[in-house]
Amino acid sequence: MKIAVCIKQVPDSWAEKKMVNGLLDRVNVDAVLNDLDEYAIEEALRVAEAHGGNDEGGANSITLISMGPDRASEAIRKALSMGANSAILISDLTLVGADALATSKVLASVIARESFDLIICGTESTDARMSVIPAMIAERLGCAQLTFASAVSVDPTSKKVSITRMSEAGVEEMSGELPAVVSVVEKINEPRYPSFKGIMAAKKKTIHSVDLATLGISIESAYSTVIDAIPRPPRAGGVRVTDDGNGGDLLVAFLAEKKLI
Amino acid sequence: MSTVIILADLLGSKLTKTTAELATVAARIGEVTVVLLAPTGQGLALAESLNYEAVTNLLVVETDSVATHGVAAAADILSQIVDLKKPVAVLIASHAFGKEVAGRLAVKTSSGVITDAVDVSSDLIATQLVFGGSTTVSSKISQGCAIITLRPNSITADLTQGKPSIELLSFEITAVSKKTVITSAQPPVRGGRPELTEADIVVSGGRGTNGDFAPVEAFADSLGAAVGASRAATDAGWYPHSHQVGQTGKTVSPQLYVACGISGAIQHRAGMQTSKAIIVINKDPEAPIFEIADFGVIGDLFDVLPKATQGVTALKS
Ligand SMILES: Cc1cc2nc3c(=O)[nH]c(=O)nc-3n(C[C@H](O)[C@H](O)[C@H](O)COP(=O)(O)OP(=O)(O)OC[C@H]3O[C@@H](n4cnc5c(N)ncnc54)[C@H](O)[C@@H]3O)c2cc1C
Ligand SMILES: Nc1ncnc2c1ncn2[C@@H]1O[C@H](COP(=O)(O)O)[C@@H](O)[C@H]1O
Repeated sequence: MKIAVCIKQVPDSWAEKKMVNGLLDRVNVDAVLNDLDEYAIEEALRVAEAHGGNDEGGANSITLISMGPDRASEAIRKALSMGANSAILISDLTLVGADALATSKVLASVIARESFDLIICGTESTDARMSVIPAMIAERLGCAQLTFASAVSVDPTSKKVSITRMSEAGVEEMSGELPAVVSVVEKINEPRYPSFKGIMAAKKKTIHSVDLATLGISIESAYSTVIDAIPRPPRAGGVRVTDDGNGGDLLVAFLAEKKLI
Repeated sequence: MSTVIILADLLGSKLTKTTAELATVAARIGEVTVVLLAPTGQGLALAESLNYEAVTNLLVVETDSVATHGVAAAADILSQIVDLKKPVAVLIASHAFGKEVAGRLAVKTSSGVITDAVDVSSDLIATQLVFGGSTTVSSKISQGCAIITLRPNSITADLTQGKPSIELLSFEITAVSKKTVITSAQPPVRGGRPELTEADIVVSGGRGTNGDFAPVEAFADSLGAAVGASRAATDAGWYPHSHQVGQTGKTVSPQLYVACGISGAIQHRAGMQTSKAIIVINKDPEAPIFEIADFGVIGDLFDVLPKATQGVTALKS
């Protein structure tokens, strides 16, 4: 199987994030691999391992696909060191500030060009927090959408993928045929740490850089625009008490004072 | 007057409170048409609970395709309705299903999409709270019809009753929309407590409960609150995953959030930081959750919660 994993480099979740001219300031913050995408990489490795592995010339290959600035190659290296085979980085100045329509268009066009069998995503990027890209890629490719998976099983022979979907609607069992887009929730597995061997091997793996001209697509002007972004005043310093046996009573007094009961 | 479409929000086969919130926001923008994608045979019965003054038309589509094919089927039908009614905006509840439907609809109709809005003004400017609630962003859709998902519990619903007209329609969906097949569904178990994302008060327990949620539940019940949990608690199997609050759980913004035995990891805060008031009970004065508390008790939840429960019960009687 040709497996693709969509990964994104995001600002470190602990870093203080700022908006500059209506866009998230991505230059002056530490950037990391979106942690939810680590579960997608791990699941791709497990699917490959269950069906003959992803060694050179073997039954499966795992290609990372990322849209982002050149700097995203740092996050890609980490993902390669976990065991993926190669990567495609779509970097283009016209993509600065790309919205979900543009991102899904770019990712879908790369996926269509390489005709992948299985596309695995995380459920959410910790910066955009939209949880829409996997569904939008499935829509653009016209293939099965198997998202929010807490379990995935693939049968390459019958080309069938089955998942357990976990969401506000409860638990659903669903399936579809390859090619399919899967997104995974963090309950699905425990991502592996890159081994020393993996880190060394990753240095020799190829990151193919492409721009939009190579892909033969262009991006329309933005579908949504930020009018302004205003920092909210930090929460006013709260009251803190130490329980000396009366903590519960003080708490109730606070509730009553604030008219919360 | 321009038309605004809202997608009635169903959980299992019940309409949620969010539907009325969507209608309230939509009525500011234009004439509201509610699209109800109901299981076969349940359309008219469900429609009866949508008699809000804010709603002008009720478009009832009885179909089992959403139960069988999920997100793709809902987006397919909605896009046909958008072609038919040419709305200026489509408002949908912000959760996994709603956001995915919005995303696919945006592709189908070449429209912009905004998720997790906490408000939308009459001129279609959406407000979002980003970066853990530290920044307010206002944005606008610049192409196509505005597709916006609204976070449950963000605005006060106008429940005034009215008499919308009812239209029954049916739609075919394409073969592509049938590529995903749902073979079984287990809706979340609902106890007697309010739904997490709709509740005015949420009381949550974390690793500090050590698996004993009884004091958390008792306090929640004294307040008529929903019960939430940190990932540490759901991972340990102490509480169902459907109650997890946080980045990979539910986002809640109640009037009051009470965090008991929760340290306040960034992933937990991501799901509760926009709560109006926050109360914390934690043994460790260094726990980061205190940074966002309006009222914090440094103490053992097994001592503080029973006393607080008694106090609330006494006050209420
Ligand atoms: C990809 C990813 C996604 C995640 N998503 C989520 C998410 O959606 N939601 C979420 O919650 N977490 C999430 N997490 C996990 C998060 O990072 C934390 O590990 C988790 O929130 C910790 O839960 P906790 O606060 O209950 O436990 P801990 O961090 O162990 O804190 C327990 C607290 O209880 C206090 N305590 C102990 N005993 C008592 C007592 N008797 N009385 C009072 N206080 C006591 C302690 O002082 C401590 O502060 C995610 C992590 C990752 C990597
Ligand atoms: N720029 C990107 N490059 C590659 N994959 C992405 C990108 N943005 C989003 N994704 C994928 O889509 C998932 C959901 O992201 P989002 O819809 O932005 O919350 C992520 O977990 C990634 O797998």
